[in-house]
Amino acid sequence: MTNSKLAVSLPGLELKNPVMPASGCFSFGEEFSKLYDLSKLGAIMIKAATEEERPGNKTPRVAETASGMLNAIGLQNPGVDHIMEHELKFLEQYDVPVIANVAGTKIEDYVSVAEKISGAPNVKALELNISCPNVKEGGIQFGTDPETARKLTYEVKNASSVPVYVKLSPNVTNIVDMAKSVGDMADGLTMINTLVGMRLDKSGRPILANITGGLSGPAIKPVSLNMIYQVRQHMPDVPIIGMGGIATTDDVFDYLSVGADAVAVGTMNFTDPYICPTLIDELATRVNTLNIDHIHDLKGRAYS
Amino acid sequence: MKNIMTVVSQEEIADKIYEMVLEGEITQNMTTPGQFVHVRVSGSTENVLRRPISISDINQDKSQFTITYRADGEGTGKLSRFKPGDAVDLLSPLGSGYPVEPGGHVLIVGGGIGVPPLYELSKQLNAIGVKTTHVLGFNSSKDIFYEEKFRALGETLIATADGSYGTEGFVTDVTRHLTDSFDRFYACGPKVMLKAVSDELDIDGYISLEERMGCGFGVCYACVCQRADGTQAKICTDGPVFRKGEIIL
Repeated sequence: MTNSKLAVSLPGLELKNPVMPASGCFSFGEEFSKLYDLSKLGAIMIKAATEEERPGNKTPRVAETASGMLNAIGLQNPGVDHIMEHELKFLEQYDVPVIANVAGTKIEDYVSVAEKISGAPNVKALELNISCPNVKEGGIQFGTDPETARKLTYEVKNASSVPVYVKLSPNVTNIVDMAKSVGDMADGLTMINTLVGMRLDKSGRPILANITGGLSGPAIKPVSLNMIYQVRQHMPDVPIIGMGGIATTDDVFDYLSVGADAVAVGTMNFTDPYICPTLIDELATRVNTLNIDHIHDLKGRAYS
Repeated sequence: MKNIMTVVSQEEIADKIYEMVLEGEITQNMTTPGQFVHVRVSGSTENVLRRPISISDINQDKSQFTITYRADGEGTGKLSRFKPGDAVDLLSPLGSGYPVEPGGHVLIVGGGIGVPPLYELSKQLNAIGVKTTHVLGFNSSKDIFYEEKFRALGETLIATADGSYGTEGFVTDVTRHLTDSFDRFYACGPKVMLKAVSDELDIDGYISLEERMGCGFGVCYACVCQRADGTQAKICTDGPVFRKGEIIL
């Protein structure tokens, strides 16, 4: 089943293929395991874990927008201990590396979650969530100030027994500065998280109870492509997992072309629950049609 | 879970209320009234979220079922333009439904676009000999649908908020004056109606909730609600039907 043309090696991660579901769009995999074999995936980015259980925000928590959606779930999760005892245990039956998304409101929380969850046998890397726009404290405030982001990355990196990827927020003035400030300490970057947005109802009031939410889906793909492209120009070697509106194999190719090493599929898992295995199958066919030795032959086409 | 079904017919049966009949094998899996389908309204990525729509009628002999929905937004507007023969991509059937329990006389209460799933429910209850009384609330006479269909199954009383048809007011303005004694109730409609009905009727019952949904199958945590015991429930997978008192309304 492994197709050597699609296999990708990244710090901590031996990916059968460069496609994985993005954090928050796949829960912890159990629902999707009823639809297809999770071992088919390159990796799984599980929903954010925090030290304590979080109930999340008030509803409504989602609203559709043109070619995208807003969400303000609020990092709802059962807490890191529960996730390790139940959700991660469940995933052990599958031959797939897990990337654990780590979130918090204080540096100590991030450190504690990172220390614990990086010890799970199937967690092969962490994704440091410094960019969630939907929580009052923590999240995005860590991801919009380069110095804070750097300090947090340093602490989490020291606490983690697996490689740490930092998930960058697009809600910054200069994405390259942010990437540089964490990039020499992190093992890799994931980009991008959602863009802050809002939608009103017919009476002129915000639909989301949180007022603002994170914009995702095909609408944000051009933003993400540009940010990855910019970062790649300054950091030729940092591993980057690209995400933002991926719906087709052409989208995957676009992400590789601007310099991503692998990709994550987010919102489209809701539109088509079978999108990840569909893309993986289509990529296998397309690399053969394109007559290339490896999918990374497409990497960097936008600037080379 | 994902199925491609074919549109058999589509008709506007009241103001912006559309009834679409679909055909496909998966109808055989639809057994419980109150379940819903999650419909993709366009093959493009313009609309990334599916629309949750309840199943209003199931005809297993013909492998056909009906969805009845209000087209008052961009997505449902697109759905209303589907023609017979068109293919529809849907996830189905989703969610829990109403328990169809035998015996007694039950009260079925629906408000607006909450009325459709109650039709299949009443059909199934009547099929096992349960006596049903229906109280349906709408904003105005132009919004009323399925009155005759419900009447064929049992006593049916209508309330309109503007008084243009039936009793002026809300469903509770009708239920308050019913003299029969009921064994249980089944309700679907706006949250404010579900709360009023739950508070006023001193019998057990079942309510069906709605909320803006993302995935429809328990992944995204968009459609949560609070249980009385302090835990959270997902409307898409734990519901949409809950027992009276289980959820804080």
